[in-house]
Amino acid sequence: MNEAATTPAPSSDGGLAGRPLLTTENVTKVFGGLVAVEDITFQIPERSIVSIIGPNGAGKTTFFNMLTGLYRPTYGRVYFNGRNVTGRRPDLIMKDGVARTFQNIRLFATMTALENVMVGQNARMRAGLFGSILRMPWVRNEERAVEQKARETLSYVGIPERQHEQLSVNLSYGDQRRLEIARALASDPKLLLLDEPTAGMNPQESAELTAFMRRLRDERGVTILLIEHDMQVVMGVSEHITVLDHGQKIAEGTPEEVRENPRVVEAYLGTQGGKDAEAGATRREDGGGV
Amino acid sequence: MSAAATTLRARVETRTLIVLVIALPVILWMASEIEMNLFMAFVLWALIVVRTVLHDNPVVVRGTVVALVVWAILLPFLQEEGGGFLEDATLALAYTSFALGLNIIVGFAGLLDLGYVAFFALGSLTAGWFMSGFFSGAGGGEGFSLLVGEPASTLPGIHMNFLLVIIIAVVITTIAGMLIGLPTLRLRGDYIAIVTLAFGEIIGRVVINGDEITIGGEKLTNGRQGITPVDKIDLPFLEPFQSLELRPWYFVALAIVVIALFVNYRLRDSRLGRAWIALREDEVAAASMGVPLVKTKLLAYGTGAAFGGVAGAFLASYLNTVNADQFAFSFSIFVLAMVILGGIGSIEGVVLGAIVLSFINNNLIPDVFNDYPSKIGLDFDLTELSFGIFGFLLVIMMVLRPQGLIPERRRKMELVEHIGTGATTGVGADEETPHEARA
Repeated sequence: MNEAATTPAPSSDGGLAGRPLLTTENVTKVFGGLVAVEDITFQIPERSIVSIIGPNGAGKTTFFNMLTGLYRPTYGRVYFNGRNVTGRRPDLIMKDGVARTFQNIRLFATMTALENVMVGQNARMRAGLFGSILRMPWVRNEERAVEQKARETLSYVGIPERQHEQLSVNLSYGDQRRLEIARALASDPKLLLLDEPTAGMNPQESAELTAFMRRLRDERGVTILLIEHDMQVVMGVSEHITVLDHGQKIAEGTPEEVRENPRVVEAYLGTQGGKDAEAGATRREDGGGV
Repeated sequence: MSAAATTLRARVETRTLIVLVIALPVILWMASEIEMNLFMAFVLWALIVVRTVLHDNPVVVRGTVVALVVWAILLPFLQEEGGGFLEDATLALAYTSFALGLNIIVGFAGLLDLGYVAFFALGSLTAGWFMSGFFSGAGGGEGFSLLVGEPASTLPGIHMNFLLVIIIAVVITTIAGMLIGLPTLRLRGDYIAIVTLAFGEIIGRVVINGDEITIGGEKLTNGRQGITPVDKIDLPFLEPFQSLELRPWYFVALAIVVIALFVNYRLRDSRLGRAWIALREDEVAAASMGVPLVKTKLLAYGTGAAFGGVAGAFLASYLNTVNADQFAFSFSIFVLAMVILGGIGSIEGVVLGAIVLSFINNNLIPDVFNDYPSKIGLDFDLTELSFGIFGFLLVIMMVLRPQGLIPERRRKMELVEHIGTGATTGVGADEETPHEARA
């Protein structure tokens, strides 16, 4: 009942996909003379899984960084949940409900898996300087709750209990990827941005992650925006795909529409074209990386 | 692989044990040289052994910290009231408070601060302003006093209770700490060090030249002459302190250190402590995970500075002077050396580093070893070389044990096992700067 009162758009009753959770208007980023992202207008409907694809250097990660506040757009506006968040501080955007992972894993290496996830809940905590020094009962309870939640989240993403106290650097590659997702999830985000989550994973791990993304959306109502090179994952999981090339949006639509789009094929394979554009792209982009 | 790991660990432990055994005669010899009670020195050694051997057991670690505080409370009763040892021990405790403050900034938050002397200066100056005859015009020339006893309350100048002065010093240094923090917010690593270094120098210069700066007809400082005398500490329900009765001074210094220790421990294991580590490891990731960079950094600067201010105010009263020549760059380095020697970020290590360096500086070099060069026919005093000696000690430390005497777990990983922040300071980190968004 409370939720209905706080939700501005009445059409979103029942939490069905439809209402845009995140909207960008003409978002542009210029670095010196280089236009990294040009005039991107796009929407992510609530409770959907949406992908951004494109060759290396297409501006995907730059676009991500503008959505999460790491970059301020040169032009254009970003709205999250009906609120203008253009140029808002990254920690506040996180607090609003946008969490992310990184292309090159950026865990806090000397912290344990548990501590990493506890940092992820920083924005949801209240303990300040004096609260921490005096450690009042409510601070103690908060710490306990945060640790409990961190353990639950770790188990939810599939990191077994015995690994919780492990330093994050000592986890396997797949577990580090999972830990990054857990760290982002711990804050109960409405929107989760995953920057190439399957990079370096084997096909089976990728398939597991794909299933996990669906579960996340269905069980927790999390909206997911994905940057991904593995076309199997992208085509399998996305409801909507946006294709960037040289900073511009060159196509968008359902996986089928994008697959058939000649401009997409051209961007990935050059002008010759080809039926299995995505397979070639996967091979070419496997290196990933900045 | 695991077999190799266990043998390596065993070998390290044997080496540690050998060091501990050798440490006993060294500690006893040093204790006799600095007039320390030999029994207490032995107890200290025993506590260190327990702490080192059983460092994996959190109950033992916590227990030894409590035992050391009890040890420190008992210590002055076994020492001569007017002896040189208590004098140096009190100084060592004041330095420990500085080092624990700097540890919050450098050790926890990873912000290399080379201007920590500024907070010593401001703390001392606060005591100079509000606990002496410096503002002789105050109260129409008759003086102004607040909650102080007989001798001070009748004198000209401003004479406030030491506890009030401490509060003022905390407020002033916290604000100053945050002000110095502001210009460093957009900077990283070396650049932070340079800005803080400049800030420390500015404050030092202002204190030296403050006799030519007048505000409302009153001088800001006394310049190189210094402000002296400064009131003795006068606590409620106690007799005013005397300069030759050292035990009360020692206990006040110990109380400051215990509070600093308490704050260090509590902050380390808190939301803020985790945010500091996250910030140190990867600013971009920390900001993206909801850690507010500005607030978190300023809290580190402010909290760290506050302990410098408290110790500074204490030293002004204890040394009976606010001496502008003390506020030099070398002091910042001295305190930083304590933190590095003990183990950056390691609370126990920093205490050990501070006490060791303080005794080397105030006791071993001037009193014990000073005439050694002349004994072998060299024509200089060792005191002239003291900073050379500290530098030498640091170089030795960096070669043999870069993680410090009692390393902090995370730093040890970075320095010895080369795990950690290296990857994040590369190309990717430069590309994505979280500061841009706040421009």
